[in-house]
Amino acid sequence: MPMHRNSQPNIRDFLNRNSNLLQLIAITALIFIVMSALNPAKFLRYYNFDSIAFSFPELGLLSIAMMIAMLTGGIDLSVVGIANFTAILAGKLFQAALVGKDLPPSATLMYVLLGIVIVLVVGTLAGMFNGFLITKVGITPILATMGTGQLFVGLSLVITGGPAIVGFPEMWSMIGNEKILGIAVPCWIFLIIASSIAYILNKTSFGIKLMLIGTNAKAAVYSGIDKNSIILKSYMLTGVLSAITGIIMSGRTNAAKSDYGSSYVLQAVLVAVLAGTNPAGGYGTVFGVFIAVIGLMFLSSGLMIMRFSNFLVDFIWGAFLLLIMVVNYYNNRRQAARK
Amino acid sequence: MCHKVIGMNKKEDFISLEHVHKNFAGVHALKDLSLSIKKGEIHCLAGENGSGKSTLIKVISGIHVPSEGVIRIGDKILNRLTPKQAIALGVQVIYQDFSLFANLTVAENLALNTNLAQNKKLVSWKKVYQLAREAMDRLQIDIDLKREVGTLPVAQKQLIAIARALMFNARLIIMDEPTTALTGKEVQVLFDIVRQIQKEGISVLFVSHKMREMLEISEKITVIRNGSKVAEGPTTDFDEKLLTYHMTGQEFTDEKYIITTESNETPRLQLGNYCGNGFQNIDLCLHKKEVIGITGLLGSGRTEFAKALFGMQADTTGTLRIDGEPVQLSSITDAIKHGIAYVPEDRLSEGLFLSQSIKRNILATTLDSIGNKFFLDKIILTERATQTVDEIGIKTDNTDNAVNTLSGGNQQKVVLGKWLLTHAKILILNGPTVGVDIGSKSEIHKRIRNIAREGDLAVIMFSDDINELVHNCNRIIIMHKSKFVEEIPASDAEENDINNRLKELA
Repeated sequence: MPMHRNSQPNIRDFLNRNSNLLQLIAITALIFIVMSALNPAKFLRYYNFDSIAFSFPELGLLSIAMMIAMLTGGIDLSVVGIANFTAILAGKLFQAALVGKDLPPSATLMYVLLGIVIVLVVGTLAGMFNGFLITKVGITPILATMGTGQLFVGLSLVITGGPAIVGFPEMWSMIGNEKILGIAVPCWIFLIIASSIAYILNKTSFGIKLMLIGTNAKAAVYSGIDKNSIILKSYMLTGVLSAITGIIMSGRTNAAKSDYGSSYVLQAVLVAVLAGTNPAGGYGTVFGVFIAVIGLMFLSSGLMIMRFSNFLVDFIWGAFLLLIMVVNYYNNRRQAARK
Repeated sequence: MCHKVIGMNKKEDFISLEHVHKNFAGVHALKDLSLSIKKGEIHCLAGENGSGKSTLIKVISGIHVPSEGVIRIGDKILNRLTPKQAIALGVQVIYQDFSLFANLTVAENLALNTNLAQNKKLVSWKKVYQLAREAMDRLQIDIDLKREVGTLPVAQKQLIAIARALMFNARLIIMDEPTTALTGKEVQVLFDIVRQIQKEGISVLFVSHKMREMLEISEKITVIRNGSKVAEGPTTDFDEKLLTYHMTGQEFTDEKYIITTESNETPRLQLGNYCGNGFQNIDLCLHKKEVIGITGLLGSGRTEFAKALFGMQADTTGTLRIDGEPVQLSSITDAIKHGIAYVPEDRLSEGLFLSQSIKRNILATTLDSIGNKFFLDKIILTERATQTVDEIGIKTDNTDNAVNTLSGGNQQKVVLGKWLLTHAKILILNGPTVGVDIGSKSEIHKRIRNIAREGDLAVIMFSDDINELVHNCNRIIIMHKSKFVEEIPASDAEENDINNRLKELA
């Protein structure tokens, strides 16, 4: 047999394997076209895209985290809890160190960097705690992370006493509100993180092991893959991603609150599934998540422009997600039948 | 070969298919197939995977409508049959998964359908148990009626499926590969039941690719290959060799694997008084290039022993030396590090990542040794996977295809192939060709012998298939009640002797 048989990636093979992704791209394009046609003056304004670029990274990063947890057949319901908890810790730090004091910018910068480090470290530890409960104690991911999610919300409430923490330094809000080279900083952060995750999933043994564990955990163990350590690391990764989301959220709103963005949890689950991630494990792509989030953003901003009530927007989101899943289901069944 | 004229004994036939064709979107799955089953006959339908056996079953049970030809049941001549009609006429199929409700009790499983058929809104538990008890009595079996079916062993599930089929006033019971998951003793129990059913005048169509069993149980054999009937006749006209020839269209020569080991060389694997959960006082000296076979009844401890060698029992005692070095295998990672490879019993649940690519399956064991932690070179990955595919003879033109697109035999080669790259020293095979058709089986055997001979590997083959052991192992060990009880060198190994020996132990 010739050795070169698959050195040339075949586009048709790729599309066959990713028909759901292709469909998702088509639907996103369709939403874009319909929304543009309905309201060209407002929808196609630069301002609209600019505001999407600021708002999508939060949901986008949380959805990537969710997708990673789903790769091993798990789920991470504590993502928003971790995001808020870490942001509140940073807020507490700034309140104690900066409010009412007139420090030079270099000192403020040091504190901001320290804040970032604290957020990332705490996020990692929180994820490690999830991973510990799941792999060592043996609690089902959905229950473990629901529990820790509540735990972090509770801790946040204790720390803040309820109301939002304000008083983040200006440098911190720049993370959420500034632009670099005309593109929103959150968007930059998203693009960098998303491509790193895509790299990790496709080009490192860690990423491939994740997929293998998700496909068949038993076979993975029989192949000598250290299942528990890989799963533990995957939850550490989702913890870090949640923490980064916490930075962006607090930066954008200049506040941190225990129950901010709690609807993001289920939205992230839905985006991940919409992106073609197999909730049973083994398959998921960062690119899919990206397209799914963008599609949803086009949909909701288009509806907002048309002055739909917020409740109706939620309804349409839900209907849209259901529609995609039904279409996917029939598509997959048809393909299976053809085999 | 005795070719009977179809229709000669028409009044005795329960069912006959006449010149049946079945096309699926261009694929000719059945070609001009005629088959008749007499009342109270045990009839074997033999054929390799993909030969059209399943299609034929589905035609008889009314799931597929034949494209041409007629089905004759009793005095009815039918162009098509619906599943409901088939059941009403007494055709019952027992599929490989038995279609039982795992979370219901034995009694519920047995009585449920009758209850449903009577369209009752309320359940009389007394009636349920009575019905179930009657069904069990008919087969003279005794299984706790209150047990959840999911907790029963496969053999008992099968008996329940048979009991349930009989409750429908069955005239023909079709069993699809009924012995796949059974041990030798359980197969005998099944055969007794089949003969019992036969005495009631019920026909049995036994669908299989296991030759020994077909020859033992059936009265008549029909062999199909590529959708056509290639041979039929009374079982006495066939032997294993002829049956193999008809099923595969090729002749296979059976040679034994005989090698001479140098006794002064350090053994690859040496066990001294090796004990663990399920096995005791095992002494074994295994040299490279050797292929040894281990067999034993269910519960002999051979599975536990196999798994312990792969590091799945942390607390074994005694000595285990690999190439003279004493080692302790307390985890799978340890075992792999010391050069042990393990091909598990159930390739679907333990061996394969079905929806993943062939490439990823093959590389699953060696991901850490390719490149570094932060980068896997796609070109090297493909190169290694391709090399393995060629070495072990997996039939595919693209290693990016999912493993579930491969046939059973090729899938098994993937499970085997993923260990080639680890440069293993000891290869443990637990049922290396379970559920693999004869053609692929013989090829897999050839590869295993080659790897052992050329790769300086020591191979331990655990199997129920004595024929497989006799033709591939240079010695065969019988395990019984946690111990090695007998060792037979290849030159003296005879399939029948070993089978008899096992029967004595049972």
